[in-house]
Amino acid sequence: MRERAQRLLQIADDELVLGWRDSEWTGIAPFLEEDVALSSIAQNEIGHARALYELAARDLGTTADELAFDRAPEEYRCAPFVEVRLMAWADTIARRVLYEAADAIRLDMLKADPDPELAGLAAKMDREEVYHRLHAEMWADRLREEPRFRTAVNALWGQALGVLDAELAAVLAERMPEQLGWTPAAAVPAARDGHSDGFRELWDDMTMVRRSIPGASW
Amino acid sequence: MIYEVFRQERKGQAFQHAGSITAPNDAFAEAYAREQYGRRQESEALWLVARTALREIHDFPDELQKSYHRVDGYSLKAKLKEARERAGTTAPADR
Repeated sequence: MRERAQRLLQIADDELVLGWRDSEWTGIAPFLEEDVALSSIAQNEIGHARALYELAARDLGTTADELAFDRAPEEYRCAPFVEVRLMAWADTIARRVLYEAADAIRLDMLKADPDPELAGLAAKMDREEVYHRLHAEMWADRLREEPRFRTAVNALWGQALGVLDAELAAVLAERMPEQLGWTPAAAVPAARDGHSDGFRELWDDMTMVRRSIPGASW
Repeated sequence: MIYEVFRQERKGQAFQHAGSITAPNDAFAEAYAREQYGRRQESEALWLVARTALREIHDFPDELQKSYHRVDGYSLKAKLKEARERAGTTAPADR
């Protein structure tokens, strides 16, 4: 059970932290419709994190909130890829495109898991992810010739590969050129160990309210 | 491009104008319409129409003031009152 919880936490932390980062665009996205769409996607990802934390919390005898907000920064298992604060729209879209591609591979694997709870939750999440992928793919298509987008994909590629284990990362490496219509520059997968410099600041913000009154019931 | 969005709340109901969205093409318009008008299960179906595809008519001449042609009908109230006064009768009591 603890092993399953560790698997769940890794994905939940990715979803929570990426949802957090993407939600930083709320109110300042390039245009209103996109503001609504990206905010809604960010909210979905945080919803997925909650569902994953709830399942993990049952295995660990704790609660989703405690897992999401009461752990020390070094206990989070998220990939550096989702932590980075990206201030340019092209970078944010590049990350969404790469993350959705990686996440689709990971979800397919979970959907086929012999554990019915895992497979069931993955299937539920996937129904929302269909729209995330639609959003990512239409942006990738629109920005295909845009140099800033290509630069961003190349810069993030190694980190994106690091979201998955070696076996699944190979699937991503095979699939991405087809989806993009071009091949990202070869990169070394970034290991999922330790956190990027900005993570501490994100953690401070994310857990600020919760820490303000420890043990309170919200 | 601007797209007009029409929303059907329940099966069988008429589509009603819900609002408009700006999107660079049909695919974006569809994604944005889903987010704005379908995410909370508030719609049974949506119609998206590029504004350029709409034909608008707004000039309806009525030079002769033929009020009896209008949908608000031919008002009898004032004419009836006048006739009653002439005849020295009052309106019948409510039944």
